[in-house]
Amino acid sequence: MFKSLWNYRYFIFSSIRNELRTRFIHSKLGALWMIFNPLAQVMIYAFILSNVLAAKLPGIENKYAFSIYLMAGILGWALFFDVISRSINLFVDNANLMKKINFPRMALASIMLGSCLLNNLILLGSILVVFIFLGHSFNFTILWLIPLMGTVTLFAFGIGLILGVINVFIRDVAQGMPIVLQVLFWFTPIVYPVTIVPTEYLGFLKMNPLFPIIEAYHAVLLYGESPDMTSIVQLNIIGFLIVLFGLFMFRKASPEMVDVL
Amino acid sequence: MTVLGVSNLGKSYRQYASEFNRFGRWFNLPVKPTAEHWVLQNVTFDVRRGESLGIVGKNGAGKSTLLKMITGVLQPTEGSIHVNGKIAAILELGMGFSPDLTARANVLQSLGLMGYGHDEITGILSEIEAFAEIGEYFDEPMRTYSSGMQVRVAFSVATAFRPDILIVDEALSVGDAYFQHKSFDRIREFKNQGTSLLIVSHDAGSIQAICDKVILLQDGGLLMEGAPETVIDYYNASLAEHQNQTLRQIDCGEQKVQTISGTGEATIEKVELLDEDGQLIEVAAVGHKVTLAVHVKTHFDIEKLVLGFSIKNHLGQAIFGTNTYHTKQIQYDVKSGTELLFNVQFPANFGEGSYSVQLALVSTDTHLVNNYEWRDLAYVFKIANLAKDYFIGMSWLDSIIEIKSK
Repeated sequence: MFKSLWNYRYFIFSSIRNELRTRFIHSKLGALWMIFNPLAQVMIYAFILSNVLAAKLPGIENKYAFSIYLMAGILGWALFFDVISRSINLFVDNANLMKKINFPRMALASIMLGSCLLNNLILLGSILVVFIFLGHSFNFTILWLIPLMGTVTLFAFGIGLILGVINVFIRDVAQGMPIVLQVLFWFTPIVYPVTIVPTEYLGFLKMNPLFPIIEAYHAVLLYGESPDMTSIVQLNIIGFLIVLFGLFMFRKASPEMVDVL
Repeated sequence: MTVLGVSNLGKSYRQYASEFNRFGRWFNLPVKPTAEHWVLQNVTFDVRRGESLGIVGKNGAGKSTLLKMITGVLQPTEGSIHVNGKIAAILELGMGFSPDLTARANVLQSLGLMGYGHDEITGILSEIEAFAEIGEYFDEPMRTYSSGMQVRVAFSVATAFRPDILIVDEALSVGDAYFQHKSFDRIREFKNQGTSLLIVSHDAGSIQAICDKVILLQDGGLLMEGAPETVIDYYNASLAEHQNQTLRQIDCGEQKVQTISGTGEATIEKVELLDEDGQLIEVAAVGHKVTLAVHVKTHFDIEKLVLGFSIKNHLGQAIFGTNTYHTKQIQYDVKSGTELLFNVQFPANFGEGSYSVQLALVSTDTHLVNNYEWRDLAYVFKIANLAKDYFIGMSWLDSIIEIKSK
């Protein structure tokens, strides 16, 4: 499988490029929109939360601490959300191509993952720019984001692949997923700090696999600290196993997939 | 050398009581599908290097399913396909073109999708641009293209590299005449260089002109495999399927097979070719007047009787054909037991070679309404050049060349 993907590497790269290109081809500013959009979004959060709502985060002096907290969480969540929702529709969206041309199907997954990661990197860039404006300093611990993004991607892709395969046969999966994702979003400390969660619910919240990941994002971006390694390593192992299982399902399903698409 | 070996190929679509049963099967649980629908079964044939195979069959006979399995898009349920070499398909031209990208970008994308590497693609790009002949448009977004231009780009991409097997679907009939010729030339050139062609078409003429072998698919099975003319004749006859129709083929030797079909209300008793003196001939001289004498007998009362004939060359392509419907010589209310003689006179203005006569006894201008008798290869004759100057081609035009010095 990896060998055939390697043979298709130029196709994968050019597909990612074309995807970006077609998205902005009709706009005058072109690729600049890729930066403007997340930048505006992040700046709105920073302005509203800090100046209008005056939300404060205990223990940090910076007036913009809460917006920084929010941005860090959103960065992690956005990647998870993108990868999982695009994985679920991966085969259904590309049905036309799969029904006509024989090529390694995992090239589609690589294109999707590449484009999600690229989008997330652009979001990260915008966030860092805003951090500089807000006077928030960051240091080399930010490099932790590289393995963290890997963890999120692994986890999201594993689950997404399994659901994506099932979605080919039972289309209800894609319909129900937004609801599940919304619940998951609110059960993850992204828009609220962990400290305000009542202790009786905290144990429940910690069962959420995204909990340690998002907390790690907070540690790295907000506090400039290294994340808690044990839970991240655990998550990587679990994520890896889920991906393996997803690939197994995909192998079993692929002869029948085109039949029902 | 065999480039394509298909053995015992079958494809079925399975239905399950619930999709969860399907998932269960992946994990080796003993689950039985509730329904199994076979669209193709027991298909076996092979194609040698440079050989061209035509595939005919009615809609739903399984042609597309077969092609999709050969290209690897669909997985066979049983049997196997062995492919030695690279396959290219001109199935749905322009599949996957993005309208917002230029032809250049789309070409890169399509070749990538076909599995070619970066170096190969950049090496061939200018050649594709030149073959498509769309000029400046090559660097314009494809949404601004006419459909003819899209076809040009699509064909140029699909045939940029010579494959070992080229699959040609109906798609070829699109595009302007100039480009059609150009693309046919390229296909023929590929064939000469050793590419095997798989051609699916309803156009019997083009199949007979290019193919060495034809298979006929019917209801998901391989009904017939053989020489193009034999299979195509049988297929055409079977198209006029009515009740009480009989269909038989007689082997006349020399790889000629006569196909006779029809309901039998009227039959062709005897066919003869006569020269100007009324003598039976098998070889006619170029330009001489000949008469095709067709003896017909009716076995029932027939309201309207039309005789159609067609002269075909050795590839089975029609050179000339008409019928008594078009010549306004319809025989009305023919009583049972009547014997009729149709004398068809024409000058043998053909090129040298072997020709066959196809005859039809019908009621209108088509054999699809009433087909009393349809006879392919009803008579075979040769044309020899006895008195004319040397010429080539299928027809004798009696041309005059004037030379003037200025």
